[in-house]
Amino acid sequence: MLRKSTHPSRRALLKMSAGAALATPFLSIRAAAQTVNLSMLAWYGHAEPDVVGEFEELHNVKFTPKYYTGGDNMLGLIAQSPPGTYDVILSDAEYVQQLNAAGYIEELDPNDYAFDDFFPEFQQFPGHWQDGKLFSVITRFGFLGISYNAGVLSEADAASYNIFSDSRLTGKLGHFDWHLPNLGQVSLLNGNADPFNLSDAAWQQVQDSTMALRGQVGGFFDYGGTFSSLKNGQMTAFAGIGDWITGVLEKNGANVRTAIPEEGGLQWTESFSIGKGSRNQEMARKWIQYITSPEGQAKSADMAAYPAMIPNKKGWVALNEANPGEAKRQNMVLGQNNAIDLIRDGRIKYRQLPGQQSLEDWNDFWSDYKGA
Amino acid sequence: MNTRPSLFSLTFSLPLLIWQLAFFLFPLAFLVALSFWTVRNFQMQPDFDTVNWIKIYSRGVFWDAYFRTLLMASASAVLISLLAFPASYAISFKLRDSVKRWMIFILIIPFFTSYLVRVYSLQVFLSDAGILNAFLGYLGLGPYPMLNNTFGTLAGYATLCLPLVILLQVFSLNFVNRDLVEAAHNMRCGRLQTVLEVIIPSAKAGLVIAALFAFILSFGDFVSPLYLGGGNPPTLSIMITDITKSGQQWPRAAVVALTMIATLLTVAFAAIKFAYREAGK
Repeated sequence: MLRKSTHPSRRALLKMSAGAALATPFLSIRAAAQTVNLSMLAWYGHAEPDVVGEFEELHNVKFTPKYYTGGDNMLGLIAQSPPGTYDVILSDAEYVQQLNAAGYIEELDPNDYAFDDFFPEFQQFPGHWQDGKLFSVITRFGFLGISYNAGVLSEADAASYNIFSDSRLTGKLGHFDWHLPNLGQVSLLNGNADPFNLSDAAWQQVQDSTMALRGQVGGFFDYGGTFSSLKNGQMTAFAGIGDWITGVLEKNGANVRTAIPEEGGLQWTESFSIGKGSRNQEMARKWIQYITSPEGQAKSADMAAYPAMIPNKKGWVALNEANPGEAKRQNMVLGQNNAIDLIRDGRIKYRQLPGQQSLEDWNDFWSDYKGA
Repeated sequence: MNTRPSLFSLTFSLPLLIWQLAFFLFPLAFLVALSFWTVRNFQMQPDFDTVNWIKIYSRGVFWDAYFRTLLMASASAVLISLLAFPASYAISFKLRDSVKRWMIFILIIPFFTSYLVRVYSLQVFLSDAGILNAFLGYLGLGPYPMLNNTFGTLAGYATLCLPLVILLQVFSLNFVNRDLVEAAHNMRCGRLQTVLEVIIPSAKAGLVIAALFAFILSFGDFVSPLYLGGGNPPTLSIMITDITKSGQQWPRAAVVALTMIATLLTVAFAAIKFAYREAGK
């Protein structure tokens, strides 16, 4: 019998293949009839199999991702597409207000989401709510500090942004090419308690302090350039990034790390919204529920494209069970001094759009700085 | 004589015309219109406002980037032409036909791989701990900074342009009348003098066009200044992406793009005029 099934006769083989061939169309028709196509506008990695695979199987959904780089790019993509093009939209916190103001996202029902499981800091995240109405659900966040090559600099070296002026970093300081996180860090170095809400005098000081660093700069890099120049050691330290870059490199064996210096760090925050006019609102809601559930959060924390911290306390528990190494690496262990304590100690400020200047002022200065 | 174009000639010339209209002239007209639009709250609004032109042209950082890019593209055209000429000369004049064919084939091979990939892999050669500096280290030299500066950018331009410039030079040198060279030799003209006074003037048009290609490709290139130059200092192409990245300022980016197009057209017309100008006129 065993021999028969491992060495079937030619006739048996023909029968089996014919049967399989005849059955195939039914299988695929059955599957196709139920598959929902969910389009997602997000930063790279959010609709890759390591994150969405399980959800796709569970609900017979197929994600169609459209990836962007930066909030401006995202707003541009939405502005150029008809309403309903994107079912779910992942956005950085400072751009949710812009999405809302332009009427690109649906209002959400807070009762649909497990906010009670979230740390109190993230239950009413600024910008996600407008006049008591919910428009976006926080899904992950990360800190930006000093990213450095641990083979050259020590943790003590990286304890202050003053290291950026150190002679060891001359020509070796890289900038992630976006004004907001870089200028925010210089603002923290200057001791501004509210780093993005600057009086004109304080803004001038930030510009002066930034300009003083120009001689140190080895380059201005995009996503890919940041990775490669940290990895090949061309840049010793980076301003404007955090574990979302160094965490990926670290997991791949590079000796790089991110420290939150004494002057404090910045926080980036990602959240999901439902696109205005989406025809799959029901499934979009299910997705947001899934990715903010403990299991979804544990996956999100360890996303292959870039790791992040998660706002769901039960998600922390799930991550510590499923992947204790990553939980420890990202300082997300309950019952000890952890990432949330950094926020509670006031060491972390939310990345925001400039409060008293226009975005254009900041951008213009950044161009001047690059060209200087 | 019938001056109306025949169906036959139209069949062959129309697709090109339509292509140019659809993908060059219309977008160009749109770009001009776009440069007068305004942006409010990240959204572009059709408008007729010269604010973008004034804003861009009144900024020192734009003119710095403009003249820097112009200088770098010119340097690229001159240096690459000089680097390419000995190779082209050798291929065209010194090699047997079979070897010549092989050399041309070898020069085409770089185009098999994407330029972006080639530039990325150059990082491995040029970085401080890279292959070139490691080699120089054995000789007790260096390390020399070759990445994230102007040298890196020019090395990238050479990656992009050198094979093409050599090919164009070879083809134009192939058309130089060999009798002229022989005549020069018969009249006791030395080797170097023959090259300078007979070969280069005869192949002038091709050599200038080759240099023009190097200029055009370098002037608008984005990949090398970013990945080998580290955006440090920025060129106009990098400036365009910067402008669009922050605040959706496509109209201002259009102003930069139009300035670049105007520059390229001016340089191209001047170069072609120079290339085909007859001696003595």
